[in-house]
Amino acid sequence: MSTYNLRVNGATRTVDVEPATPLLYVLRNDLGLQGPRFGCGLGQCGACTVIIGGQAVRSCVRPVSMVQGAEITTLEGLSKNGALHPLQQAWVEEQVPACGFCQNGQIMTAKALLDRNPSPTDAQIRQGMAGTLCRCMTYYRIQAAIKRAAKMTTAAASETVEGVKGGVA
Amino acid sequence: MSTRRDFIKQSGLLVVGLGAVPDLLADPLRAAAQAGLGPGPYPDLDFRQLDSWIVVRPDNTATFYVGKTDLGQGTGTAFRQIMADELDMAYERTSVVMGTTDVTVDQGGSGGSDALQTDGWPMRRVAAEARRVLLDMASMRLGVPAGQLAVSAGVVSVAAEPSKRVTYGELIGGRRFNVTLTGANINATTGVAPLKPVQALKIVGQSPRRDDIPPKVDGSLRWAVDVKLPGMVHARNVKPPFAGATLVSVDESSVKSVPGLVRVVSKGNYVAVVCEREEHAIQAARQLKAEWKKPATAPFPTSENLFEYMRATMPTSLGMPTVAGNPDAAMAAAAKRVEADYEVPFQGHVAIGPAHAMADPSNGQMTIYSNDMKSYGLRDGVARFLEIPRDRVRVVWMDGPQAYGRTAADDAGFEAAFLAKEIGRPVRVQWMRNEETAWDTKGPAFAIKMRGGLDPQGNLTAMEFEARAADHNHLGYNEPDSVLIAQLTGRRKQTPARGGGALPDELYFIPNRRFVAHVVGLPLVWETPLRTGNLRDPNGPQVAFASESFMDELAAAAGADPIAFRMKLLTASTTDDSGFKRARSIAVLKAAADKYGWDARPSPRPAGTGEILTGRGVAHAVRSQTVVAQIVDVEVNRRTGHVWVKRIVCAHDCGLVINPEGLRRTVEGGMLHSLSRALHEETRFDTEKVTSVDWVTYPTLTHADTPESIEVVIVNGDPNPNRPDLPHYGAGETVCKPLIAAVANAIFDATGVRLRRVPFRDARVLAALRAAKV
Repeated sequence: MSTYNLRVNGATRTVDVEPATPLLYVLRNDLGLQGPRFGCGLGQCGACTVIIGGQAVRSCVRPVSMVQGAEITTLEGLSKNGALHPLQQAWVEEQVPACGFCQNGQIMTAKALLDRNPSPTDAQIRQGMAGTLCRCMTYYRIQAAIKRAAKMTTAAASETVEGVKGGVA
Repeated sequence: MSTRRDFIKQSGLLVVGLGAVPDLLADPLRAAAQAGLGPGPYPDLDFRQLDSWIVVRPDNTATFYVGKTDLGQGTGTAFRQIMADELDMAYERTSVVMGTTDVTVDQGGSGGSDALQTDGWPMRRVAAEARRVLLDMASMRLGVPAGQLAVSAGVVSVAAEPSKRVTYGELIGGRRFNVTLTGANINATTGVAPLKPVQALKIVGQSPRRDDIPPKVDGSLRWAVDVKLPGMVHARNVKPPFAGATLVSVDESSVKSVPGLVRVVSKGNYVAVVCEREEHAIQAARQLKAEWKKPATAPFPTSENLFEYMRATMPTSLGMPTVAGNPDAAMAAAAKRVEADYEVPFQGHVAIGPAHAMADPSNGQMTIYSNDMKSYGLRDGVARFLEIPRDRVRVVWMDGPQAYGRTAADDAGFEAAFLAKEIGRPVRVQWMRNEETAWDTKGPAFAIKMRGGLDPQGNLTAMEFEARAADHNHLGYNEPDSVLIAQLTGRRKQTPARGGGALPDELYFIPNRRFVAHVVGLPLVWETPLRTGNLRDPNGPQVAFASESFMDELAAAAGADPIAFRMKLLTASTTDDSGFKRARSIAVLKAAADKYGWDARPSPRPAGTGEILTGRGVAHAVRSQTVVAQIVDVEVNRRTGHVWVKRIVCAHDCGLVINPEGLRRTVEGGMLHSLSRALHEETRFDTEKVTSVDWVTYPTLTHADTPESIEVVIVNGDPNPNRPDLPHYGAGETVCKPLIAAVANAIFDATGVRLRRVPFRDARVLAALRAAKV
């Protein structure tokens, strides 16, 4: 066993585990987080997705020894001051989830996608999300929610710009 | 040290509504729940007591306790709507508790799309009875006959003098109703109050949002996978490497080096390892050396040879044909005969998260934290399996990855309870992905022969349907002698379950017909990864793929438009009793055609010349009393064989709609599930084992396949659409039924090539296009 200091959702957490332990088990069993979930343990389905350094990362195949010091964000870390992230809001607006088990991966993958590309085309959404699986087949609503969140975010950004302009004037 | 009271709040015991988990223990009735967190016993709730269903609190809120589970279709929301409406309570001031065996009545959990069709009725009646009792109490309190009272949102007032008022909470809050109900069984539970006419329902027909969604998108909901208990350990199974293998020996020394190893457990052919930490249990399961002996005969043919085997083998049970007219004579006399064979492989439930459960043996009881859709059956099954008194077993139902039938036989729940009893500590079991995809329950494979005869005018005069379903020893619900651990530990039924096929809907009027379905078995009957269970409308998609594809083949042979051809068979005058469903079938076909913008013409369309060929297909189905018609547009890539379903239109009639937005999402998801089965899904195996074991070898629908547009038209095609007792039929599974055929019909329309073998993966489509020189 070795000691690791992890940066998770803005806080530093210390765990004592073996270096090869997949990050997923550390997040779930040592740090009590439940956003990331075990779906396959093979990096194929995306249910375990977290964001590390702006990238959507499959925590089920990422050894804890490789993420020491990196900023790790889980689903729990998206909301700020009790307010849902625009993607989470869009998920509620569209009433996306059926069972909801995969939605951690859907939301976190969409977050990384929108952070890279704030106004993706339909084709870019299909492509960018293609490796994140849902067995209730809520894909149609997920794609609608991503578009809704993109609009909310770009609208908020332009409001901010307007606000700044107004301040200058 | 957290208290038991804290635990129930943290446990995720799903309570939908009131924005937060209400304090169950505040309900005097739920003293049982408090006891249930201790040593028990946990007696059954009496469904003939109003208090078992409804609790009203002093703050004028109400909680409904129902014996169902919500698999993500929003049924919990719908239950609140129908009960709040009958009770005359504001929706926002209600909540619902579902599926936990010692705090809710046993309505059997979920299955068969029966939540509203069957179980919604006692819910409405008990809520109506509670309203009646409260109005009587208000009458006493206010000194006015009940007939002169008005009630709205849980406030009763004197109609002529509205300032004289009293709330439900003031009348009964914190106290019991002590009202006895009647009914021969739980489905018949009733008081004496009449139901409201549907025209008087106000919350029904609206689309309140699901309260379980915000905690599902912010990570705060505690699911069955998230349960942690003091002293818990982690278990992983070690499955036989070959189907039907016998365990010869286990070398426990092979895992001695694994940190925190608690125990290697083996009984019969069931093997599990138990460790303090989860990753070590996984390591131990991989590392454990065991010797297995292969069975003397191959357990099954290869998946490539499956249908040949199914057609050649002697059925394990023969179906009784349903016959009308004289099909042999009519077929012989037909001007044109059409014959076709259709094949649907085994397809898995393949939940996004593998089977899991936590079992706690503390205090001489057994509490199982589970996502079992049939939690009550799990309780009974585990009690019998472990020979524990039934009132010492409870199941706390929590959210989980759904798989539409998978948890009806909750392998992990039984395994966790078995191991917890062995170890004497709380045990969490979770299957690995390869176990789940290989060993979960499967929808049965079907080989179906269809024959039809047309007269010189293109009228369908005769049709034959003969199915063979690989469904021998179909798995029951949480039976202590058929769940996988029972089979592996040598506990079996005396005779395998017969299984069953299914026949096409008999709505089309065909004067001469013979429909029959036989069941066939594979060599390995027990301990097989090809065990069949109920997969979302268990036989519907397979049977409708054949019957509704064939209807299209007949229409093409007759040179008729596929909708017009069906309409002729639906409007033909008949003397049978299907007129009600037939009238509604006509309505949904018309509604779908209108929405789509259907122009009548025969299929296939004139051959296209580009790389992308486009076409449209229709199919129709009935399940129970719900009728649907679906039309899809496809694009077929002539160079790659890739099929994209670009647009789906579904007209849907399930009678009274409780929550239209919830219904739309259920319809969308169900159709895309069938689309996944149409395009991708197939369980593959060699003669020793299942070889489709993960998301690469068992591909499913992805974001890239998603249609550009899905349009759901909600139809009320009842011959008397304004009837005050319009029933709420089961909405979900019917939509799974026709879609595979609609896709096949659209591919035919686009290419002139008929696909009769599911799934329509690129390579299969391309081979068919090339063979036909398209």
